Amino acid sequence: MKILVCVKQVPDTTEIRIDPETNTLIRSGVPSIVNPFDKNALEAALQLKDQYGAEVTVLSMGPAQAADALRECYAMGADHMVLVSDRAFGGADTLATSYTLAAAIRSLGEFDIIFCGKQAIDGDTAQVGPELAEHLGIAQVTYVAGIERKEDYLILKKEQEDCYEKIQVRMPVLLTAVKSLNEPRYPNVMKKMKANRMEVLTLTAKDLPELIPEKLGLKGSPTKVKKTFVPSVRKAGVMILGGDASGKVSELLDKLTEAKITL
Amino acid sequence: MEWQLMTDEQKDITGMIRNFLEKELAPIVPECEEKSEFPMEVFKKIGEIGLWGLDIPEEYGGPGFDLQTLSLIREEFGRVDCGFAVSFGAATVGFKQVLAGGNEQQKQAMAKRLLNGEISAMCITEPQSGSDVAGTKTKAVRSGDEYIINGTKTFITNGGLANVYIVVAVTNPDLGSRGLSCFIVERDAPGVSVGKEENKMGIRLSNTTDVVFQNVHVPVENRIGEEGDGFKIVMKALEKSRPICIAPLIGMAQRAIEIAAEYCRVRTPYGKPIGKLQGIQFKIADMEIQLQTARAIMMYAAKVADEGKPISCLGSISKTYVSEAAFTIIDEALQILGGYGYSKEYPIEKMLRDVRVYRIFEGTNEVQRQIIGKTVIGKC
Repeated sequence: MKILVCVKQVPDTTEIRIDPETNTLIRSGVPSIVNPFDKNALEAALQLKDQYGAEVTVLSMGPAQAADALRECYAMGADHMVLVSDRAFGGADTLATSYTLAAAIRSLGEFDIIFCGKQAIDGDTAQVGPELAEHLGIAQVTYVAGIERKEDYLILKKEQEDCYEKIQVRMPVLLTAVKSLNEPRYPNVMKKMKANRMEVLTLTAKDLPELIPEKLGLKGSPTKVKKTFVPSVRKAGVMILGGDASGKVSELLDKLTEAKITL
Repeated sequence: MEWQLMTDEQKDITGMIRNFLEKELAPIVPECEEKSEFPMEVFKKIGEIGLWGLDIPEEYGGPGFDLQTLSLIREEFGRVDCGFAVSFGAATVGFKQVLAGGNEQQKQAMAKRLLNGEISAMCITEPQSGSDVAGTKTKAVRSGDEYIINGTKTFITNGGLANVYIVVAVTNPDLGSRGLSCFIVERDAPGVSVGKEENKMGIRLSNTTDVVFQNVHVPVENRIGEEGDGFKIVMKALEKSRPICIAPLIGMAQRAIEIAAEYCRVRTPYGKPIGKLQGIQFKIADMEIQLQTARAIMMYAAKVADEGKPISCLGSISKTYVSEAAFTIIDEALQILGGYGYSKEYPIEKMLRDVRVYRIFEGTNEVQRQIIGKTVIGKC
């Protein structure tokens, strides 16, 4: 089997702190990690590899440092690493990202399964996986919580809000993984050291001549993030209870005066 | 404060190991401590992430880490539990003995076994002789193309876990230390039995037992080196491992300082944190000074050993200084935490029980001082 897993390097959002003075996110010094759902996706691919034999390729679109994420995936057991990186791809929203990734995937050949995590923990859109399936013209099943293989079919357990669906689909297919799918294995220390010394294959815009420049990066992004902010915390209100109406009115007037809200 | 000269690769490796140990070892330490049990399932998982046979050189199929990197790795183990660090570190002791005096076939075979997750144990100490290796009473009598071994070994790390033992025995009682030889003895050889497990004060996750040899037949091929090489082989192997055998203490002592510093921030008698009191600041300062100097001497000794230079004196200095500094650091951390330091609900009292043995094993600090003193004074 040939399996491709899309991974993204993201900031560890559990480590993000809020600056109490400006009420904004402190982004510096936050460690970068492999998007956790992408690890579930990779683990699923590796389990299929362990059971049936497969070649697993991990693919990521990002700046040069995203190669670290690919190396960690190699250390978990992936066979090939591919980085899609070019200044022209920078600032891409989900549509431009999935357009670029689809071109990269087409250049790498045919795959029986394409795995993605259900969403990235920084963008949280959950759009790239489904868009990718559309660009590639293949079937997709999202929120996969269980996988069984029967020759060239897969039987999938899809997690819905209040139930599970059992879906049979013929490969090739794109799947997005949820947390309950599996427990990702630890990266192997020795393999990581080997990966650190390996060159990561990098595809630039030149290597993907089918790409239309207007559809790339910021230019090719119909959506833009305008602002990221922390919502202001609402303070608890004050309850005025008991006594008669005029008593409560006096108490209210006192409190309004105290709070310097003049009438 | 961690080692400021870590390479990117060292940061990568120690980060992966720290993450693994925090998730897989740390949560089960209290239960294993209570039962005095080595968690074999964690040892197995460690193999899955590629860490069996850590100190086996590249030419024998191992990762070939240098001693400085090995120290940093061992610090991570000590940070979580010194007992586990001791048994895990000792698992490869068999290779060190074989490397010190064995033939090529023995080295290849032992390396392969340890890289595959087998465990070895070194059997030197006996009920009447610890420091006095020459006082060994276990006998190995030659009979045709075999030796027959009889004797009891005590306080053997991994005695109950090992697949293979390296046993020091007397082959010629008239020659004192030059009458000792080393043998590779299989756990399942008839006549080998594991005695009671020690109920220790600390390092309770490490496995420590008696090992008894009753008419154990060992083929001549299992003798390491020649008859009479035993003392030399053991001393050479110990000398190589000594510089960084105390590395887990650095990890543990650093964690003790972190816990004490956190306590300084949150404990607020008399209306303010104790961290604002000079007396407490001076205590923490002295602890940190000791930690940094202890790590520095250990890393210096590690580098000297890596460069193949004479390591006997420096290795003893490293072992002595670090074991004593770590004790002082942890003792002071306990004092800072006061009543909470003394309680089993907090990690410090266990650290104090764990650190104490390091002044005793791997050659007592008294023996180390003999080595250092004699080296510096020279012949007189």
